[in-house]
Amino acid sequence: MSTPSSGSRRPLSPFMLGPYYRPQLTSMLSILHRATGVALSAGALGFAWWLLAVAAGPEQHAMFASIARSIPGIVLTLAFVFSLSYHWFNGLRHLLWDVGWGFELPRAYATGWAVVALASLTTLGIGWAIFAARSAP
Amino acid sequence: MSLRDPLAAVRGLGSAKSGTGHWLSQRITAVALLPLSLWFLVAAFGLGEYADARSFLAQPLNAVLSAALVACLFYHAQLGLQVVIEDYVHVRWLEIGLQIAVQFIAFLAALASLLAVVRIVLGS
Repeated sequence: MSTPSSGSRRPLSPFMLGPYYRPQLTSMLSILHRATGVALSAGALGFAWWLLAVAAGPEQHAMFASIARSIPGIVLTLAFVFSLSYHWFNGLRHLLWDVGWGFELPRAYATGWAVVALASLTTLGIGWAIFAARSAP
Repeated sequence: MSLRDPLAAVRGLGSAKSGTGHWLSQRITAVALLPLSLWFLVAAFGLGEYADARSFLAQPLNAVLSAALVACLFYHAQLGLQVVIEDYVHVRWLEIGLQIAVQFIAFLAALASLLAVVRIVLGS
């Protein structure tokens, strides 16, 4: 349960995770948007590292590439690809809400499932392309 | 030019005084990041080799769009992490420390990335 942060004793509504609410697609996708956002912030540092490595020269770039192509590097890359796909599509869903479209419950669920499907397909597609490029001579 | 509705000034800005600006910046950077991230994924896919990556980033259009991507990305990330920390970290010293650390890291990473792009374009 959430606790008041400012010393007041007023009751607050419970946090969405925990025994208080049945899990819903909408709330799960909402927290996943934040989780992928945090993951992408770490991924942004990886992107900065790539830019710095390219600027620094062949040796620095070779070190970046060898880490990116290792097994942990591939796993992190796939996690990054999923986070980006999901955050991209669900971010578009958020922007549509911001202009007032899609708040009706059936539509919120339909766009939610659409985001899950599109993010999964995109992740599989890019993942496959990475493996194809990696195994090519 | 302001995108703010003048009605906000008439009715008062609300308790925090700066929430609308934060909210708008988050949305505007999001709108920019949708095409920029898509462009980068499509244009830069397969740049595994050093020479390919270098010549790609040295092209003026690619350099400008990459710099815009970096600037929007770290600004958007800082704004988002700020809200996550505000919502979930309730130990005051930790909350303030994390907020400052996130701002420092985002700003430094953006600066270093922009300088890297400039160095690649200038060939130094």
